[in-house]
Amino acid sequence: MRWIPASRGEHVAFLTLLGVVVLLAVVPVGRLAQEALAPGGKVDPALLAGVLENPAVWRAARNTLTVSLGGVVLAVALGGAFALLVTLTDLRGKKPLVFCFMLPLMIAPQVTALAWIDLFGPNSTLLGALGLAPPPGTRHPLYGPQGIILLLGLEQAPVVFLAVRAGLRALPGDLVEAAQAAGAKPWRIVRTIVLPLMVPAIAAGGMLAFVGNIGNFGIPAFLGIPAGFTVLVTLIYQRLAGFGTSVLSEVAALSLLLAVLALGGLALNGWLARRRDVRVTTWTTAAPEWSLGRWRRTVEIACWAALLLILVLPFLALVATALVPAIGVALTSRSVTLANFHFVLLDYAATRRAFVNSATLSAVAATLLVIVSVPLGYSLVVRRAALLRAVSFAAELPYALPGVVLAIAMILCLLRPLPLLGFSLYSTIWIILVAYLSRFLLLALRPVTNALQQVDPSLDEAARMSGARFARRLATVILPLVAPSAVAGGMLVFLTAFNELTVSALLWSSGAETVGVVLFSLEQAGDAVSAAAVAVVAVAVTLTMMLFANALASRVARGVLPWQP
Amino acid sequence: MAAVTLDGVTKRFGQIVAVDGVSLTVADGEFLAVLGPSGCGKSTLLRLIAGFEQPDSGTIRLGADVVSGPDAYIAPEDRHIGMVFQSYALWPHMKVAENIGYPLRVRKLQRVELAREVAAALAAVGLEGMGDRRPADLSGGQRQRVALARCLAMKARVVLLDEPLANLDVHLRARMLSEIAAFRNLSHATLIYVTHDQAEALGVADRVAVMESGRVRQAAPPAILYRMPSDGVVSRFVGAGAVVPGEVTATFANGHASVALFGQQWQVRSAPGQAIGPAEICIRPEDLRIVGDGQGFAATVARVLYQGGRTIMDATPALGPGTTLSLSLQSSEAPSAGSTIRLALIDGWVIPNR
Repeated sequence: MRWIPASRGEHVAFLTLLGVVVLLAVVPVGRLAQEALAPGGKVDPALLAGVLENPAVWRAARNTLTVSLGGVVLAVALGGAFALLVTLTDLRGKKPLVFCFMLPLMIAPQVTALAWIDLFGPNSTLLGALGLAPPPGTRHPLYGPQGIILLLGLEQAPVVFLAVRAGLRALPGDLVEAAQAAGAKPWRIVRTIVLPLMVPAIAAGGMLAFVGNIGNFGIPAFLGIPAGFTVLVTLIYQRLAGFGTSVLSEVAALSLLLAVLALGGLALNGWLARRRDVRVTTWTTAAPEWSLGRWRRTVEIACWAALLLILVLPFLALVATALVPAIGVALTSRSVTLANFHFVLLDYAATRRAFVNSATLSAVAATLLVIVSVPLGYSLVVRRAALLRAVSFAAELPYALPGVVLAIAMILCLLRPLPLLGFSLYSTIWIILVAYLSRFLLLALRPVTNALQQVDPSLDEAARMSGARFARRLATVILPLVAPSAVAGGMLVFLTAFNELTVSALLWSSGAETVGVVLFSLEQAGDAVSAAAVAVVAVAVTLTMMLFANALASRVARGVLPWQP
Repeated sequence: MAAVTLDGVTKRFGQIVAVDGVSLTVADGEFLAVLGPSGCGKSTLLRLIAGFEQPDSGTIRLGADVVSGPDAYIAPEDRHIGMVFQSYALWPHMKVAENIGYPLRVRKLQRVELAREVAAALAAVGLEGMGDRRPADLSGGQRQRVALARCLAMKARVVLLDEPLANLDVHLRARMLSEIAAFRNLSHATLIYVTHDQAEALGVADRVAVMESGRVRQAAPPAILYRMPSDGVVSRFVGAGAVVPGEVTATFANGHASVALFGQQWQVRSAPGQAIGPAEICIRPEDLRIVGDGQGFAATVARVLYQGGRTIMDATPALGPGTTLSLSLQSSEAPSAGSTIRLALIDGWVIPNR
């Protein structure tokens, strides 16, 4: 390790940033653990025991594991197969295929859930127009665990895809070529060489998908609550929504249970990553692109048909629902209307406010986090001290933990009046902003550290030799070099925060609604057409933002934009 | 003022001692090359002088000021040392002129004066009118010159060069080497030049410090280093030739000694106070001559390597089967491999016992 003596200005800046990270990440999680294990300052195992003895908790935990693991199996099958196709074959149109395949990850889970509800329900406007809708009164086919597993699998397939693709790209081509020289046909090589070597990558992707699944709120909230199917996340939500802050200690204990599940998954992931055979990551020639031959056209059609089914049809159903005056009305040239959009964007105060709130919160969080990330990322990359590794781990914690867990932690920290200031942030919009800053710090930080790792350290050293001090080097050398990636990171923060529901579902108050929250409220109140209109607008904002970020793509460090090949 | 003095400087990375008690004085305006194989600690030595590393013990002085020491440390940005990096370290988002002018902008030079200094530096390295280009649009040699111009513009009294030619084509190296010599004449700066290429080091430097395993084995002008290496490591690393075991039988006041080698007595050079007894003798290619029958000692031609006008010939003496002696001959005079020839020693150097 190379220890370059730091200047005083750099020390001051770094200590300030360290304080920010500790306040945003370490304090809330610590406070949560304290509340669950020792409420009121005294260690009280009775609370945790009481929670663990409750059969409803066990049922929710079992349900959580069932749908999460089911979702992982589906995600691994879809994401793994797609990664093999895209990396190892001469499929055409890979760029748009990957972009579309990554979309479920970028679109809010509650929007996806709503789209599928609108697609397959008895009131489906789209199927109704085709005369294929289930008869009125029948139960929605997606309500319950099977629907949750399906949508969790679709949403997390991109995560597995990214992990397996990274693994395949590191696969030395000569291992495959040696098998070809031994006379093996492509399919046998995939089975006997490629897949066994990909086991760590598949396992790592599956583990990440698992962690994402157990923290998902939008999908089990939309598909589980109507069927009386409860998972840990929705159980916490229902307890807190029903009984308010009086059950804080109890939901803190539940959150801790969820946090342990998530951290267990991440620890296993880290262990697998360390066990990965290093010889496989040494660079040789790239793995070959096999020709699909006469099957190419068929496979291409199948890929696009699958995307049509899992992406386009649900979205069309959403649009169709948003265009009819009321649920159950058939979509015809006479009934089509933009009234729902008019209503949610202009007439209805709550939705109008929610769009403004979400846009403002996301923009402010993105801006602040980008400003913090550049100097922090510099410290993390240029100086790799042990303390700094701890800092980057701390920054990952609020993003890795389920959003509900972070929300409870934020309530615990901010319920009481702030020291010195004398007022409480609870039930104001500020608590959501603080939670966003905590949760999405990693999204802003990672692109910057990615970009800095690709910058030759001598560029910074040359500036030091020129006499430039920390602040000047940051402004004139580091910032210009990492700016595109930092901006892309800000866009990712905006995208994610704008689509977010998990955190704000527990933190919102009247006047401080977010887009996710009003979508959920409208759906629960049975106003499907307004909910669909909100969802369509949210998707439009997401796609616009992704296209903006794409404009930066050529100047952004590799791996920053997940949907870029 | 700008002499660089290292006094017992040691730097460890974990278990590895990268720089091991190096003491070295570089005079004001001197051009010192630090020569050594990769991993010998020469780059670390340079980074210690630049201030990117702090020594575990010892002191480093710039002129009279201690810049690194037990209780002193001056940051790189306050040392006012120029540095040419192996990668040139040109900022890709700045134009050539902005790259060169950066150290001056840092020092808040007036705009007009800054433009004049940058133009002068560009002219000095032969890049007039290229100030508006981007580093990415330049060739390797041009980038190298921009890096030199940056040091020139900042008027650094000490300039460190870290393998500056390593990334250039072979045919460009000789030209850039003379550019660096010209740079030295323009700037009058103290230059410390790190390289693993002995041709570079011997060609331009006033003095060469040979490093191995973190230590300076010998620091001397190129001719001394070549003619009078202080130990076997230096003699093997600098210049071609062989080191063969022999025996000193007599020493003379004129700096010569008599040695027994390949069954005969020869006169070679030696250090004052050379002891009688077994010693290692350094034999360069030009120290050997092919002689006629009845003279010298017998040897077998082991290998003949044609190199155009000259031919390298390796021969094994009949009385020294483990030794390979190299000679550089006119190609027309080269015997064929496998033939037996007779060789005589006309010069040589007794490596001092230490």
